[in-house]
Amino acid sequence: MDVEILSRIQFAFTIAFHYIYPPLSIGLGLTLVIMEGMYLKTRNPIYEKMTRFWIKIFALIFGIGVATGIIMEFEFGTNWAAYSKYVGDIFGSALAAEGIFAFALESGFLGILLFGWNRVGPKVHFFATVMVFLGSMFSAVWIVVANSWQQTPAGYHIVGEGMNARAEITDFWAMVFNPSSVDRLTHTWLGAFLAGSFLVLSVNAYYILKKKHLEIAKPAFKIALTVALISSLCQLISGHSSADGVAKNQPAKLAAMEGHYDSSAAADMYLFGWVNDKEQKTSGLAIPGGLSFLVHQDFKAPITGLNAFKPEDRPGQVNAVFQFYHIMISIGMILIALTVYASWLWWRGKLFDKRWLMLVFAWAVLLPQIGNQVGWFTAEMGRQPWVVYGLLRTSDGLSKNVQAQQVLFSLILFTLVYTILFILFLYLLNKKIKHGPVDYNTKEVIDEGSKRDNPILQHG
Amino acid sequence: MGSFLGLDYNVWWFLVFGAVISGYAILDGFDLGAGALHLFLKKEQSRRIALNAIGPIWDGNEVWLVIGGGALFAGFPVAYAAIFSAFYIPFFIFLIGLIWRAVAIEFRSKEPGRLWRLSWDFVYSFACIVIALSLGLMLGNVALGLPLNDQKEFTGNWLSFFNPFSILVAVTTLALFMMHGAIYLAMKTENRLYTKLTILAKNFTVFFVMSFAITTVYTLLYIPHLSDRIKSNPQFFIFPLIMMLAIANIPRMLNKGKYRHAFASSCVTIASLLIMVAIEVFPNLLYATNDAANSITIHNAVASEKTMKILLLIALIGTPLVALYTSFVFWTFKGKVKLDEMSY
Repeated sequence: MDVEILSRIQFAFTIAFHYIYPPLSIGLGLTLVIMEGMYLKTRNPIYEKMTRFWIKIFALIFGIGVATGIIMEFEFGTNWAAYSKYVGDIFGSALAAEGIFAFALESGFLGILLFGWNRVGPKVHFFATVMVFLGSMFSAVWIVVANSWQQTPAGYHIVGEGMNARAEITDFWAMVFNPSSVDRLTHTWLGAFLAGSFLVLSVNAYYILKKKHLEIAKPAFKIALTVALISSLCQLISGHSSADGVAKNQPAKLAAMEGHYDSSAAADMYLFGWVNDKEQKTSGLAIPGGLSFLVHQDFKAPITGLNAFKPEDRPGQVNAVFQFYHIMISIGMILIALTVYASWLWWRGKLFDKRWLMLVFAWAVLLPQIGNQVGWFTAEMGRQPWVVYGLLRTSDGLSKNVQAQQVLFSLILFTLVYTILFILFLYLLNKKIKHGPVDYNTKEVIDEGSKRDNPILQHG
Repeated sequence: MGSFLGLDYNVWWFLVFGAVISGYAILDGFDLGAGALHLFLKKEQSRRIALNAIGPIWDGNEVWLVIGGGALFAGFPVAYAAIFSAFYIPFFIFLIGLIWRAVAIEFRSKEPGRLWRLSWDFVYSFACIVIALSLGLMLGNVALGLPLNDQKEFTGNWLSFFNPFSILVAVTTLALFMMHGAIYLAMKTENRLYTKLTILAKNFTVFFVMSFAITTVYTLLYIPHLSDRIKSNPQFFIFPLIMMLAIANIPRMLNKGKYRHAFASSCVTIASLLIMVAIEVFPNLLYATNDAANSITIHNAVASEKTMKILLLIALIGTPLVALYTSFVFWTFKGKVKLDEMSY
């Protein structure tokens, strides 16, 4: 295998693994703000227990998110040096802003969130929780801005030629608010809220099934359900708006998403299907002219197809883009159905009566995770063969002095390390969930091992 | 290139980048040092206190690395591209070290079992040692310079990173962090653990002074050009002088029990060391050993004037904010470590 494919696999693998965690942090951050806000308002110890339990889960998720995130910042330089030189002038300021405005904020206040419960007053602690949540939201802003610039470059000009060509900033705000930033940021945030709220739903559905910690599980379930309902409905609007943007700005990606080849024809919208890229045929169950209608409000309007692009300017994996996109759409629909149905039951006062529904919620945590992953795969594979759309090809972005065996070495290293990490993460998450929320007025929380050789805790 | 208060933007950014890297070395330096000496602490309770001494702040300290990476990427993209693609293997080893450090701190306390905790103690300490050594190795090679072609790409072999000078710098870095970490832990502990840590701190100070002396002698003998600028500009001799006084001050303050002064002295030591490196390499960011014309400098690696303006503005707004809440967090966790139910 050559350096390009190895570097792409490594980047995809490290970013996909990393992206399990930040959406959970953002989504859990929001639920934590609500839970602790309820505690401050009502002073009901139920909310304190709830908040402190979820802080512990948050700590675990955040820790791995940070550890795997630092890799990303430097992987541009290690594997994509030519790309880094090309976009540094633009991408760099977004990353620097992320570091100083967002990451510093969340990591700074994280200490107080995790360890400050007995050191600061409840209001200051709540403030720290809000800051950590805002920090993670700002992080998303700068990262999505940088990525969106790669999809729809704006506010720049090209300086130099050939090997020395690079993009330079001309208008900072045009770069920040490039044509796809706002849509994609909203879409990312909502996806994160869904990931976090469905984790809370899942864990509490499990407690309700096991008839454990009910006094905490039921109100926590309701808080998360509210977040999930609003987010999944908003996601429908945001998704539509995103697709509109793709139609306008990245026609080749849109064509790949629906497997549409013929530019003179109206485009269908598939519920599911299969793309045969060799024969340029897409088969499956479709609403005829559906895509044309969504984009132009006209079932007969022609849509730019893949044939309008030279073969070397088209995404290489059309079927993969098609499948990932359709999995994402299906998941979005299922999440809406699930949260609307559960909310209806809640309104009727029967939310916790149906065991099967709780079982579905216990497993549904996987859906937003898969949705977030395939959504990004659609966005990134659909942009190919460009790393910066229309400007720089992925194959031209590599580090020229890095050899295949070096990339293979790091890829194997990451595969090993991340596999171990993921197993340990699931093991500890499972353990924390099994252990459940505890009453902080008793000593139950202190495990025997540390109690024995810890005089402070013995007398405290 | 425009200028601000009489200095060009790229000179400002060199200073900002240097300050961030020094900040990282000083802040994460004591975390890493505390980790590197972790196995010298034998009792479970001592290890827990040591972990909780850095527990609430190590993550915030690591942010300085993220900011440093962003600062280099944004201000000197050519240097960012060249340095990280050149140090491909050592840098990934450094990053994997950071991953294990983070998860070891996080995971260790989650199970009470003796074997579980002992394993994580080893992972944690080993990771910190690897991080310090690889950081020092890369610093040594940056100070020496690398062979670069006219596209500013590294043309050498990564095995050449293991040259005697860089290995000496690596060992010195580890020694420096261990001294720094021991002093920090002494500041956060009391009674017998405190006494033990002051002894360790003194031993590591000796370890550091020895490795630093050997590195200096080696440099003067074999790489004399690395001290050219300080030799030809006597006013810069103030920095080695400050460093010597700071080092000498450490055992004195530890004996008096003034651990805060000792810690301040070790911060000054790290800062003056990095200032000396900066003085010698300026205006190069990466010197080309094969042909000086291929060197990456603050002039040919710099981003556009517009970006530099934006960056300085970001730094001007961001730095006071970060300083404000960092000091708030440090203030919240000031004083000796007390374990409670939220501790590691």
